[in-house]
Amino acid sequence: MTDSVSKAVVTVLGFDQKGIIARVSNVLYHHNVNILDISQTVISGYFNMIMLVDISAPDCPFSRLKEELGQTGNEIGVQIRIQKNEIFEAMHQI
Amino acid sequence: MINTNEIMETLHMIDQEKLDVRTITMGISLFECVCDDERRLAQNIYDRVTSQAERLVQVGEEIERDFGVPIVNKRVAVTPAALVCGAVKDPLKIAMALDRAGKAVGVDFIGGYTALVQKGMTQADRRLIESIPEALASTDILCSSVNVASTRAGINMDAVGLCGQVIKDLAEKTREKDGLGCAKLVVFCNAVEDNPFMAGAFFGPGEGDSAVSVGVSGPGTVKRALEKIKDAPLDVVAETVKRTAFRVTRVGQLVAREASRRLRVPFGIVDLSLAPTPAVGDSVAHILEEMGLERCGTHGSTAALALLNDAVKKGGVMASSQVGGLSGAFIPLSEDIGMIRAAEEGALTLDKLEAMTCVCSVGLDMIAVPGDTSAETLSAIIADEAAIGMINTKTTAVRVIPAPGRKVGDKVEFGGLLGWAPVIPVHPFSSAAFIRRGGRIPAPLNSLKN
Repeated sequence: MTDSVSKAVVTVLGFDQKGIIARVSNVLYHHNVNILDISQTVISGYFNMIMLVDISAPDCPFSRLKEELGQTGNEIGVQIRIQKNEIFEAMHQI
Repeated sequence: MINTNEIMETLHMIDQEKLDVRTITMGISLFECVCDDERRLAQNIYDRVTSQAERLVQVGEEIERDFGVPIVNKRVAVTPAALVCGAVKDPLKIAMALDRAGKAVGVDFIGGYTALVQKGMTQADRRLIESIPEALASTDILCSSVNVASTRAGINMDAVGLCGQVIKDLAEKTREKDGLGCAKLVVFCNAVEDNPFMAGAFFGPGEGDSAVSVGVSGPGTVKRALEKIKDAPLDVVAETVKRTAFRVTRVGQLVAREASRRLRVPFGIVDLSLAPTPAVGDSVAHILEEMGLERCGTHGSTAALALLNDAVKKGGVMASSQVGGLSGAFIPLSEDIGMIRAAEEGALTLDKLEAMTCVCSVGLDMIAVPGDTSAETLSAIIADEAAIGMINTKTTAVRVIPAPGRKVGDKVEFGGLLGWAPVIPVHPFSSAAFIRRGGRIPAPLNSLKN
């Protein structure tokens, strides 16, 4: 990738079930994306996970990664998103 | 490292509060296209727009994907066409070329079928203005504007008179669509050269070869923020609006910077306007109502809007390196579900809207008036708005639709982002003799302010 942006945030929202983290990390692993930080909460069955990942050297374009994560989300019935980190920095840091 | 709350807040703003970037607009100068042969001029313009904006839509979509923020429209704004058509007889060919070029690159709108006639009108200006009804009726995505007044030049009442007739003719030519053509024409006072919002966008003669500008949106986010501070004093309200506007604008700034980098075109400006859409939860009127007004348009609306408009600017200015365009709150009637309801219930009248335009961005926007409204009355409405802009040193504009065959209380559908509007009444008394006088209203004194 020619892009200088190297970090992205993966968010997973949906009802808790077995294997969500395994499925997500599997996709990331297959595309050479390293997980830098992870935070997870389950409130009354509602699963909420945020991952900070390093996307400086994935083996596929960002759009493909986004698509595959979205598909994985559809398969297990949760919403999975990946967004470049800058949007969060822009909005919350001066 | 991860601040969960901040991330969730951003997602919430995008999902539930309809935070989006309203438009990425690429300004393109057409001066290099100038030529005295109509066909070649049209071809030059087509080639210039299609080569410069070739990747605009693609890059817009990439940015949307990367950051997960919707970018609703991609647009092109060009040098006012009257300035490049001076040596040709028929500006219509240029209108067609612009429309075709816009469609070829896949943008939603292309603006700049424009004449700047605040002081005088060249032959080319007049030809272009007179061609507007035909040009907008026979194209799809072309937008047009005319600047008829400025604080420095006064009001060109001949142009105002002409524009009333043009609006009337345009409505008639697009009769089967309820005068939809008029939604693509804006008559300005103090038009800005870097406005990214349609229908009034053009790329002013003082600009460079090209630039990308961004218009943000986000009335929904402001409304939600205010819901959390019920009954707080208005200074707290202003502070909350500022904070929200800051975040919204930061997204715009990020998108503008990225678009500029990826397109290798200089970054123009971020326009801080709060632009509503007809969608539920994306209304400027609802913000005013959240502040404590039963309906937008009632007493107190002008004050509430003044607070909102100023706070949006204060928050936004800090968030962006280059702020410009119109930068304020928009109050387009048909594009705002709260405004529509207020007008239907009689809370919001044309006169109150006019008063509100004294303190906010733009002016009488997307307002449907009865089909039998005379050209002179339309001109007089324009003259009133232009006077407000001229005296207050601000941009004002008129985008009214005299929907053919429609009467007060009828509904007029425009579709998409343009929404729908109830036809509201105009004053029944004639202004014809005033408009027929023509001439100019001199530029105002800028001291002895009272």
